[in-house]
Amino acid sequence: MNALSKPETGGILSLALVIAILPAFLPNSFYFDVVILVGINAIVCVGLNLLIGYTGQISLGHAGFFGLGAYFSGILVSIHGWPPLVALIAGAVFVGVLAYILARPVMKLRGHYLAMGTLGMGIVISIVLNQEGDLTGGPDGMPVDAFSVFGWEPGNELTWYWMVGGLLLIAVWLALNLINSPVGRALRAVHGSEVAASVAGVDVARYKSLVFVVSAVFASVAGSLFAHYSGFLTPSEADFFHSIELVTMVVLGGMASVFGAVVGAAVLTLLPQLLTVFHDYEMLVFGAAMMITMIFMRRGLVPTLQSAFNRWRK
Amino acid sequence: MSMLRVENLNMSFGGVHAVENMSFSVIPGTIHSIIGPNGAGKTTLFNLITGVYSPSSGRVFFNDRDITNIPTFELAKYGISRTFQNLQIFFNMSAVENVMVGNHLKTDSRFLPALFGLSSIKRGERECRERAEQIMCDVGLEKFIGSDADSMPYGALKWLEIARALASEPAVLLLDEPAAGLNPSETSEIDDLIKRVAEKGITVILVEHDMKLVMGVSDHILVLDSGRKLAEGTAEEIRKNPDVIEAYLGHRRRAR
Ligand SMILES: Nc1ncnc2c1ncn2[C@@H]1O[C@H](COP(=O)(O)OP(=O)(O)OP(=O)(O)O)[C@@H](O)[C@H]1O
Ligand SMILES: [Mg+2]
Repeated sequence: MNALSKPETGGILSLALVIAILPAFLPNSFYFDVVILVGINAIVCVGLNLLIGYTGQISLGHAGFFGLGAYFSGILVSIHGWPPLVALIAGAVFVGVLAYILARPVMKLRGHYLAMGTLGMGIVISIVLNQEGDLTGGPDGMPVDAFSVFGWEPGNELTWYWMVGGLLLIAVWLALNLINSPVGRALRAVHGSEVAASVAGVDVARYKSLVFVVSAVFASVAGSLFAHYSGFLTPSEADFFHSIELVTMVVLGGMASVFGAVVGAAVLTLLPQLLTVFHDYEMLVFGAAMMITMIFMRRGLVPTLQSAFNRWRK
Repeated sequence: MSMLRVENLNMSFGGVHAVENMSFSVIPGTIHSIIGPNGAGKTTLFNLITGVYSPSSGRVFFNDRDITNIPTFELAKYGISRTFQNLQIFFNMSAVENVMVGNHLKTDSRFLPALFGLSSIKRGERECRERAEQIMCDVGLEKFIGSDADSMPYGALKWLEIARALASEPAVLLLDEPAAGLNPSETSEIDDLIKRVAEKGITVILVEHDMKLVMGVSDHILVLDSGRKLAEGTAEEIRKNPDVIEAYLGHRRRAR
């Protein structure tokens, strides 16, 4: 199945189709709201999956990058009056540079140490957002102005829907391009065997830094979108629980599967929202999802279903 | 002239002297075997030459350039490639992709063109895949071209490692026990392959326990024992060397 990368063109078309026809089935703005959040989470997960699923490096702190992107937009736009698009790009550049600086020491770590290192990184970011009350409003949060590009504003849910949907498609397209290139192969080789990858000439440290930066930038952009969409930010966007949510989405959907990341984000964003009984037990839903995946389908939803389908076709 | 030269190399792990005061050189285009009992330091020597470990002291030269502390991924650019005694397969990839990684240095690995899926990247990928398939055919892995690495039998994986190493078009290929775990007919195929590789002008450094294989293919043999050089010479010289008979074959006799 790994050998066949062709279905991916079909995959991106199917995703585009789903995005195109979905509005017809969404009865009211509550559902649009949920689906837009799915899209924002999915963008983060597509990036995070490059790091976790493809390169085999864990991060328990990616909500930190999401939060930084969100606050960067919030502060630059609402306090300093920057154009939102410029703030989004500036935030992405800042987060990219920060991730690059952090990558060298952090990505040297392996296994549990890497988990603890990235966990600490996320916690530090979340503490800073909490403590810098003058800038961020501290634990009370801060309001964020509406998004706009050259005077155009995505006024209602439907325009937001198209915007997030479009950006998700772009994110998926970029991730697929990367994976199906020598760069992506090098990342997967790092996952498979670091020593064999280096013997083949792959600069393991460089590729780990690269994918760390890319995944952080995806999270930052999604964070900026979220800031404008929700109109209000609290430091919980950057906290540990959010990081865990993101990792769970990647693992449930399927590691090393771009579409798995989208499906994982969809399932775990929808479940607590739609089954309101679960709402108070959100933690429990995530915990259960993680355990069930680990026990019954280690590779995650999409890869498991894909191999089942391939077997059935034969 | 020597292609690879090792001078006074030492490596110890804690109290264990895995390699002690080792010096030897390898003549280009030859098959150079390294033999010795278990724990003699053969794999450690490979790890020192390929930059996986840094020696405690001593130097390694490649075409008279000091490569002692050059990281492994840089050494690939010099044309040094190897296989592993404990297989290091990319089990998260297909067989062909494993071989394609071997070709990494000749592919276009710039980030932005890859991210935006430029057509030159796609074209390069097609060529890279064709080359990889060709190499798999050359080593007799054609029936695994459509396989995932994790569905291949052990013997085929050993060939896959060699195919991956050959994909980098190395100047020198280090093989760590390529015949271990293979049956006699597979071993004789390895024998053929090593000879074919050497005919292409690739220098081969072979670590192997199978004496029939070693005696048959080697231009030069280096015998290690407990990290030290015990003897060196042609197959004929080694066969007659009393130290080797005592230390190396003696182990076996006593073991029986
Ligand atoms: N990473 C390591 N840490 C500690 N000791 C090591 C390490 N690698 C090798 N050694 C020790 O160094 C010595 C030489 O080991 P090495 O693997 O080089 O032997 P070898 O000749 O390849 O043996 P074999 O024929 O069994 O493969 C052994 O005593 C081994 O235990
Ligand atoms: Mg060994």
